[in-house]
Amino acid sequence: MPALYRKPSPPSDDKRWKIVETRMRRMGNRPAALIEALHSAQEAFGYLDENALLFVGDTLGVPHSRVYGVATFYSFFTLKPQGEHTCVVCTGTACYINGAKDILAGLERELGVRPKQTTPDNKVSVLTARCLGACSLAPAVIVDGEVAGKVKAGELIARLEAM
Amino acid sequence: MSEPNNAARPIRRPNQEIHDGPVRASAYVCEAASCMSLQAHEITVRLAEATADAGMSDVAVKRVGCMGLCAAGPLVKIPQTGELFSAVTLDNLEPIVQALDKVTDASARLPLGPFFEHQVRVVTENFGEIDPESLDDYVARGGYEALGRVLAEMTSTQVREEITRSGLRGRGGAGYPTGLKWTTVAKAAGTQKYVICNADEGDPGAFMDRSVLESDPFRVLEGMAIAAFAVHATEGYIYCRAEYPLAVARLRGAIRQAQKAGFLGQGIANTSFAFDVQIRLGAGAFVCGEETALIASVEGKRGTPRPRPPYPAVEGLNGCPTLINNVESLANVPAILRNGSEWYAGLGSGKSKGTKVFALAGRIVNTGLVEVPMGMSLREIVYDIGGGIVDGRLFKAVQTGGPSGGCIPAQFLDMPMTYEALIEVGSFMGSGGLIVMDDTSCMVDVAKYFMDFCRDESCGKCVPCRVGTTQMWMLLDKITRGKADLIDLAQLERLAGVVQRMSLCGLGQGAPNPVFSTLRYFRDEYMAHILERRCPAGVCEIEALAQHAEVPA
Repeated sequence: MPALYRKPSPPSDDKRWKIVETRMRRMGNRPAALIEALHSAQEAFGYLDENALLFVGDTLGVPHSRVYGVATFYSFFTLKPQGEHTCVVCTGTACYINGAKDILAGLERELGVRPKQTTPDNKVSVLTARCLGACSLAPAVIVDGEVAGKVKAGELIARLEAM
Repeated sequence: MSEPNNAARPIRRPNQEIHDGPVRASAYVCEAASCMSLQAHEITVRLAEATADAGMSDVAVKRVGCMGLCAAGPLVKIPQTGELFSAVTLDNLEPIVQALDKVTDASARLPLGPFFEHQVRVVTENFGEIDPESLDDYVARGGYEALGRVLAEMTSTQVREEITRSGLRGRGGAGYPTGLKWTTVAKAAGTQKYVICNADEGDPGAFMDRSVLESDPFRVLEGMAIAAFAVHATEGYIYCRAEYPLAVARLRGAIRQAQKAGFLGQGIANTSFAFDVQIRLGAGAFVCGEETALIASVEGKRGTPRPRPPYPAVEGLNGCPTLINNVESLANVPAILRNGSEWYAGLGSGKSKGTKVFALAGRIVNTGLVEVPMGMSLREIVYDIGGGIVDGRLFKAVQTGGPSGGCIPAQFLDMPMTYEALIEVGSFMGSGGLIVMDDTSCMVDVAKYFMDFCRDESCGKCVPCRVGTTQMWMLLDKITRGKADLIDLAQLERLAGVVQRMSLCGLGQGAPNPVFSTLRYFRDEYMAHILERRCPAGVCEIEALAQHAEVPA
């Protein structure tokens, strides 16, 4: 006799799982909802841990291997927790020719972090974005969700160090 | 990336609601992403309070979409006089309040200035005029007139013919005739069909689609509904980048309002036509702009392309015929049906009809968004509208078409901006980003930058793209470090040809373009790196000349 289907239960009783469950249910718990479900889990928890991937896969009936494949294919998803603060450096063409390269080099020199890394004290995570579309503010960065334009490497590093 | 904290907060528009009389003067505050990041929303709120405090009950303050001159933001406009306040801060609102106070019926309108005068606005006609979150504002400017007429008076064949006659071509870059695409989908077998709006604007330096979605979202929804009627689709998707939180928030709001008002859903405009739209978020994969990869992503899979044919018009989302159009293409549709195909075909030149929205960025004075008739010369765009190069430096090249495009040197400044002319000089329309470079940019470094982009964004499905872009990047890197010889250059050229011919999708096929175009026009810079071990622009860090002995005789 085949095993009875049991609705997968969330990894913990954290209320944020409700948000993820609702988003999946609204899309009929179908495999096509995978990316939307990962978005909502990352929005709720800040990153995707193993539990989140397993839960989303089981609910939508998507093999775990495919969930992992999708989560690692798209650069927007992160499987590691971020530091207390995030600094996203735009590396679009306009920012590049206006000095984004110097900003990244400065961050590596002064803070010892390269893109997708977090400082050892877990304070600042440095990320890059393809293009924020804020080309008139080039070079642009996003520090903790706030866009800052016409950034100078020195000022940015001083600001991050003070955090 | 988190959303701007004020993305979708409802805005207080006190004065419009308090008094019933006519509005004597109004202040339009730009609340598109660029100005928003400079506290535009706070400026709107503060300005509304300040005018209320000053007892100006006949003054309205409202949020509007992008005015185009992003470099001078945040912008506030007084539409009655045409006065434009730039670089407004929360501390210098007093001049605006005083100017509002002085507006009378007889106030003279100020000239607009060259940035605005040279433009022809079709897609952007409502930018800076309507509140992007208000359906009423959109309808007041002729919105949904076209859909109403289509549903009441036209057959789907007539709509397709009208689009075909207008000469509209895909604004995502390739320039495929829109009418032809619509006809293919309409004639494809199957009862379930889809319309997808491609809002995965991935080209770095391009932000036209983002601005359209932020400044006039209803126009895109109307265009999608008309397209759905023309190709017999009942479901639509907007595939939008997750990097555009404000655009997504405005789209969500617009979909809700349109559903409530009966412009989406069952029985649109009291006819039997049914069509609804959902949003799907991208997750940061450039390749998803390619249509088969985009479909895979909408289906919740990894965004890898597949060979075509079958084209999505025949076999697309869930195996059904699917129409995929870019944001700007769809935003043209309502205007074409409202004003007629002849009017639209009268704009532009040759086989490139209508207007094109360009994003000006890089080393140019007036960074921002402009809309001009197709065929305008590059010089007019860069100098008359764009205000020339920053610090009065020397124009070197303009890069169009993103990572699949090329660099256009100064000798072609007088070329017309059309699909054909751009291909002739080895570039590509792309989505419309124009990145201006001056003599501080090294063209080998620029080619390396784009190759780095392609190598990183290659999905890995086909070998020529996955391996070829990495190898080309390594060769370019070698050149910029002053370690290359002429054999490396020959390798690079040969490899570029292989990748162009053998790759599966547009990403790989287009990846060598920046190399080809920089080699075509700036070969001397490559030579300087290789033979003289120096970077003419002083960008590349070339190690000391000690290894000079390596130079082949």
